[in-house]
Amino acid sequence: MFHWLEKNPFFFAVGVFLVIAYAGIVTILPDFMESARPLKGTKPYTVLQLAGRQVYIRNGCNTCHSQLIRPFKSETDRYGKYSLSGEYAYDRPFLWGSRRIGPDLHRVGNYRTTDWHENHMLNPQAVVPGSIMPKYGFMFKKSADLKTAYAEAYTVKKVFDVPYNQPGMPKLGTYDQAKKAAFIQAGKIVAGMKNQGVKDAYKNGDIKEIVALIAYLNGLK
Amino acid sequence: MQSSNAINYDYTVAKYFTVSAIVLGIVGMSVGVIIAFQLAFPELNNFFGEYGTFGRLRPIHTDGVAFGFTVSGIMATWYYIGQRVLKVSMAESKFLMFIGKLQFWLYIIVVAVAVVSLLMGETSSKEYAEFEWPVDIGIVIVWVLWGVSIFGLIGIRREKVLYISVWYYIATFLGVAMLYVFNNMEVPTYFVSGMGDWFHSVSMYAGSNDAMVQWWYGHNAVAFVFTVPIIAMIYYFLPKESGQPIFSYKLSLLSFWGLMFVYLWAGGHHLLYSTVPDWVQTMASIFSIILILPSWGSAINILLTMKGEWGQLKDNPLIKFYVLASTFYMLSTLEGPIQAIKSVNALAHFTDWIPGHVHDGTLGWVGFMIIGGIFHMAPRMFKREIFSKKLVEAQFWLQTTGIVMYFTSMWIAGITQGMMWRATDQYGNLAYSFIDTVEVLHPYWTLRAVGGSFYLIGVFMWAYNIYKTATSSKAIEKEPQYASPMA
Ligand code: HEC
Repeated sequence: MFHWLEKNPFFFAVGVFLVIAYAGIVTILPDFMESARPLKGTKPYTVLQLAGRQVYIRNGCNTCHSQLIRPFKSETDRYGKYSLSGEYAYDRPFLWGSRRIGPDLHRVGNYRTTDWHENHMLNPQAVVPGSIMPKYGFMFKKSADLKTAYAEAYTVKKVFDVPYNQPGMPKLGTYDQAKKAAFIQAGKIVAGMKNQGVKDAYKNGDIKEIVALIAYLNGLK
Repeated sequence: MQSSNAINYDYTVAKYFTVSAIVLGIVGMSVGVIIAFQLAFPELNNFFGEYGTFGRLRPIHTDGVAFGFTVSGIMATWYYIGQRVLKVSMAESKFLMFIGKLQFWLYIIVVAVAVVSLLMGETSSKEYAEFEWPVDIGIVIVWVLWGVSIFGLIGIRREKVLYISVWYYIATFLGVAMLYVFNNMEVPTYFVSGMGDWFHSVSMYAGSNDAMVQWWYGHNAVAFVFTVPIIAMIYYFLPKESGQPIFSYKLSLLSFWGLMFVYLWAGGHHLLYSTVPDWVQTMASIFSIILILPSWGSAINILLTMKGEWGQLKDNPLIKFYVLASTFYMLSTLEGPIQAIKSVNALAHFTDWIPGHVHDGTLGWVGFMIIGGIFHMAPRMFKREIFSKKLVEAQFWLQTTGIVMYFTSMWIAGITQGMMWRATDQYGNLAYSFIDTVEVLHPYWTLRAVGGSFYLIGVFMWAYNIYKTATSSKAIEKEPQYASPMA
C-alpha cells in the first residue's frame, strides 16, 4: 500500500491528512462544552479592565508572567488558591503564559494594591531591588483605548453570548454609557495614585493606560 | 535513470528564498540576542520606549526565526530539491514560475507587515500565532500558493515515485495549514461593533479551550516547521553530499508514518497540571514518550547512512553540519519526552530549561540543516565554488560552542530556579522570595546571551561566505558530482 501511495500524491496527501487530523478531534472536542462553562461567581471583564488587559497583551506581560497556579503546595503558598478551569471562561485569549521570568499574576489582586503597582510599573528596580522587569513610564502618558475595549466587549456579547447586562453582571450598554461607567471605575483608581499627570489627565476626561492596567490587575483574584 | 545535467533546473525562486533566509535569520537572531541581554541587563529595555521592551520584542524573535528564517529555508530547499527529485524544471512551466515568484514577493510583504504590526503591539498573544487577522490572511494566501507550487510540480513530474523528502514537504504543507487555520480562528471586533482598532480581534475559544487549541498548535508547529521539513532536508542533503544511499527504506517509511501518527497527540504536555482535563494530560504524557520511537527512527536511519564513511567528517565540513544536526535532533527528541513526564514537568515547566530545550533543537538541528543545506545548494545554484571552506569550518566550531554554552547554562538555570521555587525551610515555609530566584540566574543568562552571540556571529560568517560564493568565487563548469540515490 505504501508503495502505491508514493506514486499517487493525491491519495498520499489524503492519507497524511487523515492521520494527523484525528488526534486533534479526539483530544479537543469531547470536553469542549464542559471546559467552556464559567465557575459560579466569575464575571466578564468591565470595559476598563478589558482596556487594561489589552495593555497587558500589547506589551507582552504574558511573555514573562504566567496566570496559572498549579496544584502544588509550593505554588499555593506563594500565589494563593490553585486555578480552576471555570475561572477562565471569559478569557479570550487565555493568558497562562509559558515562562515565569516574573511571578505568577493570576491572583495578584489579592496582595498588591494600586499605589504599589503605580510605583512598581514606573520603576520596578526601585520597589524590588534586583528586578529585571522593564520600566513602563510610557503608560503614564499614553491614553487607554476604551473604544477597542468596548468593541471587544460588544463582540463577545454578541457573538459568544457573554452575559453582560444580566443581573449581577457588569453593564455594557451603548458606548457612551460604557465610557461613563469606565470613568467612574477609573476615578477610584486615580484617587489612589499620586502621579500628577495621570490625575490632571483624568480631570480633563482622559484615562491613561496605567489606570486601565491597574484596574485589570486589581481584578485578578 | 536520466543524468541530472540533462534537465536544466531553474533556481530563481530558490535563490530568492536563500536571500530571505539569510536576511531574516540575521534579523530574527539579532533580536534574540538583544532580548537575551535584556534579561541579564534590564536597563537595555529602556532605549526605545514601548518599542524596545522584552515583551514587545520576544514575538519578533520567535516568529522571526520560525516564520522568517526557517520558513524561508524550507522554501529555498523546496524550490531546489523539489525540481531535482521530481526530475522537472521550473522553467518548463511558466505558470509555476509565476506562482513561485508571486509566493516570494507576497511572503516578503506579509513579513514586513507582520514585523511592523508586532512592534506596534498588534498581537493576539498566542505564542507563535501572535499575528493579528490581516496578517493571518496574508499567511494563508502565501501558504496556498506554496501548495499550488508543490502539487503543480508534482503534477508535471517525470520521476513517478515520490522521494522521501517530498513526503515530508507534503506533510509540512498540510500540517501547518490545518494547525494555523484552526488556532487562528478569531473575530475581528471592528466588523462586529463598528469601532475601535480595526486590526484587533478576539479568539473564538475561551480559557481552557483556548489553551488546548493553542498548544495543540504550538507543539505541532514545532512538529511541522522545526521537524518535518528539516527531515525532508536531511534525507536529501546528506546522501547527496556524502554519496551514500539512505540506510534503510523501511525505516524511513516507518518513521514517517509513525511521526505523523504520534506527534499530534503530544501537544497537551504543555498543559500538565493545568486546568485542561486530566485524561488529556495523561495521553499527552504517554504519547510524548512514544514519540521517541519515530524520532530516533529517522535519526538512526540518517546516522547509519554514514556507516563506514565516518572519515568524511574530517574532510567535509558540510557533513559535520549534517551529522551534528542529527545528533542534536536525537538529543532534543529525548529531552522533550523527559520533560513531558509529569513529575519532571512539575519542576521544569515555566523555567529556563524549556527555552534551553527549544534551542538545542532549533540552533543545533534546524539552524544547522538550513545553513548546511544552503551551503550544499550554493555551488550548484550559482555555478561557483564555495568561497572559503576554512570559513565554513570556523563557523561550524564557533556555532557549536555557542550552542553548548546556550543549553548548558539554560539547563542549570532552569533546574536551579525550579528547585528554588519549591524549596522550604525546616518549618515548611517557602525558603526563597521570588526575586532571589531571579537574581541567581544572572550569570547563566549572561552566558546564554554570549553563546547566542557566538551563533549569530556564525550566521554573519555564513552570510558573507554565501555572498562571496554568489558573486566572486571561482566559476565551475560542471556541477560537483557525488554518487546519489535519486538524481
Ligand atoms: C522581562 C520580563 C518581564 C516583563 C516583560 C514584565 N515583567 Fe512584571 N515582573 C518581572 C519580574 C522579574 C518580577 C519580579 C520582581 C519584581 O517584583 O519587580 C515582576 C513582578 C511583577 C509584579 C509583581 C508581582 C508580585 O507578586 O510581586 C507585577 C504586578 C508585574 N510584574 C506586572 C507586570 C506587567 C503588568 C507587565 C506588562 C506591562 C510586566 N509585569 C512585564 C518580569 C517582567
